[in-house]
Amino acid sequence: MAFIRVGPDDIDMATEIACLQSEPGEIGGIASFLGVVRGGEGHSAITAMTLEHYPAMTEAAIRRVAEEAEARWNLIGCRVIHRVGRIPVGGRIVLVLTAARHRQAALESTSFLIDWLKVGAPFWKQEHLISGKDHWVEAKSADDLAAQRWLVVAPPD
Amino acid sequence: MKLLYFAWLRERIGLGEEEVTPPSSVVTVADLIAWLRLRGPGYVEALAETARVRCAVNQDFAKLDTIVRPGDEIAFFPPITGG
Repeated sequence: MAFIRVGPDDIDMATEIACLQSEPGEIGGIASFLGVVRGGEGHSAITAMTLEHYPAMTEAAIRRVAEEAEARWNLIGCRVIHRVGRIPVGGRIVLVLTAARHRQAALESTSFLIDWLKVGAPFWKQEHLISGKDHWVEAKSADDLAAQRWLVVAPPD
Repeated sequence: MKLLYFAWLRERIGLGEEEVTPPSSVVTVADLIAWLRLRGPGYVEALAETARVRCAVNQDFAKLDTIVRPGDEIAFFPPITGG
């Protein structure tokens, strides 16, 4: 059963893993991706980042794709936690956890979910530069390509 | 209809949401964008490049030819940068 949470609170990875492990089913592996605010260098060095989202749409959009991942990789469960608001350098932004009977399904579905979140969930990042200026992060075409590759990769048996 | 603006579109237009009643000639998202551009320089600046503007109608991603109706919730925003 997919668990989705979007909000300002920090992410406690150990608690989230324990929750996922308590799901009924014969779990053979849990894979994770934890996204963290990078500091950058030189003129692009930042102190923090602010994440804005479209509240009425975000959770429903993530839930749709998380349920798709559960069906495609026959997952025992998954958790997607995405923070919003201001997060300092080094702070946790997003956690994706997936539980499956075997590692390949857990690892691939985690990669699928984070690739999709980059382009498919309505979040926008604003960087707060050390110079005091603010700047909205531009979308990368590489992220579109990363998400698109999952349209052609066949799921494991 | 209710309009929502996010990220730099919100900043350029100067508000996060508003209720509008466009004329009946506004049928699609593209028509709505063209009509909004008449509302002031902030709208022109925000909506100048449609290639950099994304849209959702009633919380579903939409295209320029998606139909808009009275009562719809229509959001405009830049390409997504989540994760």
